[in-house]
Amino acid sequence: MKEFLFVFRNDYSAVPVGSPEELQAVTKSWMDWVGSIAAQNKLSDRGNRLGSEGKVVRPDNVVTDGPYTEIKELIGGYTIVKVETLEEAVELAKGCPIFAVGGNVEVRYIDPM
Amino acid sequence: MEQTTLIPHLFRTEYRKITAVLVKAFGIEHIEIAEDIASDTFLHASETWPFKGVPENPAAWLYTVAKNKAKDHLKRDTLFNQKISRQLGSLTQVAEEIEIDLSEKNIADSQLQMMFAICHPAIPAEAQIGLSLRILCGFGINEIAAAFLTNKETINKRLFRAKEKLRSEQVKIEFPAETEIDKRLETVLTTLYLLFNEGYYSSGRDVSLRKDVCVEAMRLTHLLIENKTTNKPFVNALLALMCFHASRFEARTGKNGETVLYQDQNEALWDDALIKKGAYFLKQASQGNKLTKYHLEAGIAYWHTIKKDTAEKWETILQLYNRLLQLEYSPIAALNRTYALAKANGKPVAIIEAEKLDIKGNHLYHSLLGELYTGIDSVMALAHLQTALTMSGSKADKGIIEKKIAAINTD
Repeated sequence: MKEFLFVFRNDYSAVPVGSPEELQAVTKSWMDWVGSIAAQNKLSDRGNRLGSEGKVVRPDNVVTDGPYTEIKELIGGYTIVKVETLEEAVELAKGCPIFAVGGNVEVRYIDPM
Repeated sequence: MEQTTLIPHLFRTEYRKITAVLVKAFGIEHIEIAEDIASDTFLHASETWPFKGVPENPAAWLYTVAKNKAKDHLKRDTLFNQKISRQLGSLTQVAEEIEIDLSEKNIADSQLQMMFAICHPAIPAEAQIGLSLRILCGFGINEIAAAFLTNKETINKRLFRAKEKLRSEQVKIEFPAETEIDKRLETVLTTLYLLFNEGYYSSGRDVSLRKDVCVEAMRLTHLLIENKTTNKPFVNALLALMCFHASRFEARTGKNGETVLYQDQNEALWDDALIKKGAYFLKQASQGNKLTKYHLEAGIAYWHTIKKDTAEKWETILQLYNRLLQLEYSPIAALNRTYALAKANGKPVAIIEAEKLDIKGNHLYHSLLGELYTGIDSVMALAHLQTALTMSGSKADKGIIEKKIAAINTD
């Protein structure tokens, strides 16, 4: 069994802040989607969301503020699945609720060290 | 109590206490001697009580006899050891110094420590359950064989091997170190959970025996709660789960021993006192910040004690299953999650999700799809139910599936 990383990207500044009901519906769609992967015994690590605060460390100890909420494709979170092929992983990613708000999922093979 | 029922009753309640205390006093390597002395004590009671009458305090009488037998044994053993070996001194002292303490506190401590010893990670799960039934619950070999749907010889062999393992691993009868308690408790809880399920889900015909197994699993879990060091939130969660399940014990078996499915149960038969107990322990379980599978399963079981079908009920159950599956996958949880999904999000969505599950070799999978297709596509529903019918093993299961097929055909 191989592991694949799902990287969730979105332009978060463009996502409107919804009503409590809408937020709840969004949470539910994510829970149902991850639950579906888990029910297929293909979830390796649910992963986490990433907070909006952060810094970027560059050469010569240059530290800049970041991440940049204004950029189009900010990484918002990650999940790890376990399947045999990249195609299967892509198939799982197709149901991701992020598409409903204009985001995308990058699917990457995890090459164990 | 009549004398004919008094001794079996005392055997069930006192044998395990005497055995636990003696094993603790002698060490795990002498587990058989402890069992023999406990059995001899009851034999002695059944021989003398019919003539001399039942003593005023039967349990105390049993303790005294067991104590004397234990001391006699130690003296004889010491003499024997002295003759064949030259390791004097320490052995003579042992017989004199050893105190067989049958106080309430030592009984409770010994039983708990025995529980940790039996549920040692080195002992195979099946053997842990057998040993628990024998040593911790005082079940006879016949009863254990009936509970496992096997014969006496198999159980005797299994118990023998398990005791050998206890000896070879030099398992100590003691409380695990404070730092290790959570980890060791996990193994203990797994065993108690399996023990309970053995009684709850086994297809054994003896319903009262199966119920006894469940009650014992609950008693042992409660022992852990009575002790301060082992009274952890996840232990309470397990007991809550057991209470909620057990509350449906009467409702889930029909007059002819057949299984009555949840949605067909008469909720008047649900045990309200057990549901309340479960709610109490679930509340105790909500302290702390560790969310275990027992918490989630207890939550699911709690919502099942509410018969009324509401959107909130099934949405909550679905989310609990979503989280449970993230913690630990199991085919049954995957199937149940799909059922909850149908209830919360509708059958068409659930059918798509069910098709993705890789458990097509399980008759329950086809029963579920049969259920999901019912009212949507009768041809598909019947096809799945027929597959389920050929795959299922037990008569009870076949009966349920046949009923569903008949219901579709008459519609």
